[in-house]
Amino acid sequence: MRRLLFIIQKEFIQIIRNKAILPMMTVVPIVQLILLSYAANNEVKNVNIVLIDQDHSSYSRLLVSKIQASDHFTIVAAVPSQKQGDDLLQGGEADVVLAIPPNFERDFIKEKGAGLQMLVNAINGQQATVGAGYLGSILQSFNQEIGLDAMPKLASQRTQPPPTISITYSNWYNPELNYKYFMTPGILGELVTILIMVLTAMNVVREREIGTIEQINVTPIRKWQFILGKMVPFLFIGLILLTVGLTAGKLIFDIPIQGSLWVVFAFCVLNIAAVLGLGLLISNMVDTQQQAMFVAFFFVIIFILMSGLFTPIESMPKWAQYLAVPNPVAHFVDVMRKVLLKGSGFADVAYQFKVTAVMAVVFNTLAVVSYRKQE
Amino acid sequence: MNAAITAHHLTKRFGDFTAVDAISFEVKKGEIFGFLGANGAGKTTAIRMLTGLNRPTDGEATVAGFDVYRQSEKIKENIGYMSQKFSLYEDLSIRQNIRFYGGIYGLRSKEIQEKTKQILETLSLEVYADKVVGELPLGWKQRLAFAVANVHDPAIVFLDEPTGGVDPATRRRFWEMIYATANLGRTIFVTTHYMDEAEYCDRISIMVAGKIEALGSPHELKEKFSASTMDEVFVSLARPK
Repeated sequence: MRRLLFIIQKEFIQIIRNKAILPMMTVVPIVQLILLSYAANNEVKNVNIVLIDQDHSSYSRLLVSKIQASDHFTIVAAVPSQKQGDDLLQGGEADVVLAIPPNFERDFIKEKGAGLQMLVNAINGQQATVGAGYLGSILQSFNQEIGLDAMPKLASQRTQPPPTISITYSNWYNPELNYKYFMTPGILGELVTILIMVLTAMNVVREREIGTIEQINVTPIRKWQFILGKMVPFLFIGLILLTVGLTAGKLIFDIPIQGSLWVVFAFCVLNIAAVLGLGLLISNMVDTQQQAMFVAFFFVIIFILMSGLFTPIESMPKWAQYLAVPNPVAHFVDVMRKVLLKGSGFADVAYQFKVTAVMAVVFNTLAVVSYRKQE
Repeated sequence: MNAAITAHHLTKRFGDFTAVDAISFEVKKGEIFGFLGANGAGKTTAIRMLTGLNRPTDGEATVAGFDVYRQSEKIKENIGYMSQKFSLYEDLSIRQNIRFYGGIYGLRSKEIQEKTKQILETLSLEVYADKVVGELPLGWKQRLAFAVANVHDPAIVFLDEPTGGVDPATRRRFWEMIYATANLGRTIFVTTHYMDEAEYCDRISIMVAGKIEALGSPHELKEKFSASTMDEVFVSLARPK
């Protein structure tokens, strides 16, 4: 036990001496938090639209003014011919082209119906779907308006207005649909997990590169003492990271903290324990820091992209959803969002605690087993 | 029991390559035993088997009375080791290195303090006690590493090419430390390829291609090979026939 304390003390001294660690604990999380929370934004704004108004009627002008009024769209051009509209779409200036054919108003009134053409650049699938959706809802409300306008008699003949289903939405847990509220807790979870994994993956292999591990291996240090001695300081770093991140998130974005921070920190400890095991496992398997970096990078990419941070896990294929189970980032992101935004208590995230505890045991056992004192 | 180290047909194979081929020898307690051989002859592999870093493929060996297969952790408590690669923590101070290794070997805080004082005095490094080890010149580092390898008063000290890359005067001072340690009754097992250092040893063995080709005191070997210096003995053995 005393031996363990000496190892921990030595690791702390080395970490404090390391010039890269302090900025990594303070500057990195804040910069990432700010950059990602602002930039990694799924809200679709500024869809570039090109209008081809060949009708020049009061109806077509009404439609144009409705699109102008929406803050989802930027009208980049109004061109007279279909050809010019197609060229703008082809050239990438336009995301959506809306063509109002000649005689649109006349056909609508006389023929009881008229067509519009909407061309969508679907290379960016999300932008296209959401943009088309916004335009669709503008068209729908426009349709209702001119429908009533064109058929005043029909409307007055009825004693009752036509039955419609009206739906009122209420966005729970994030009423203003503030994207930053959603992203910031998730990014924090990701940040702590990934940084700790990379730092530990580099740690043991560094001793191997320098040669100090050989000196350690001829001492009576037990394997678990060595591994645990490496873990404790990184656990502290992780908790500091989380504290700095939460403080920054609160000060900069005023993220809500609905649930108990105890649950968040308790989960953080467990999560870091799991990730440390994985990092040390990687470190044991490789010979150089460069190799460690590559292997860690492989996990980092998969962990982040499949964590549900940017795209919901529920919309992934079934097999990918299973892959999210042994993904520590996924659970941390989930717990952060649930506890901070929803105010979930320990019982609500017991599943994540259980899975992460299993991971911690498995990864750390493998780390101890794979650390070889003897070749 | 009078032997500090015994090896009997000790063998290490890496795949098809036999690095150490059934070597047998004994090292007496308190002896300075020189373990010589050309580069790649298998010295380092042999020393790594004795210190428990490599598991032997075949044969038997005991170190400080403990079996290398079953009691390698017991061996580790009783030996000191200094490798050819400088292996103290360069980002820790002299004091912190001594403290760390002392702690690892289970010394009490008071013992660590005494040892630190003693080592700093012996090496005249008192003023540099809180300096980071990486800033010291190589000769000082080597003597410090030797002192740290002795911090827990081990029965046997293994030195794997301890004086590589320093000038003769610095090597001389290092050997003075080795003698002083041997005088405490400690066994020294040292590999080297400096033949003048071989002359300082009580007994030496010379390894060629994984086998021990000669074993005895420097005087005996010179007579046996009718050579005037250890250099000649070594060259006549190591040169391919």
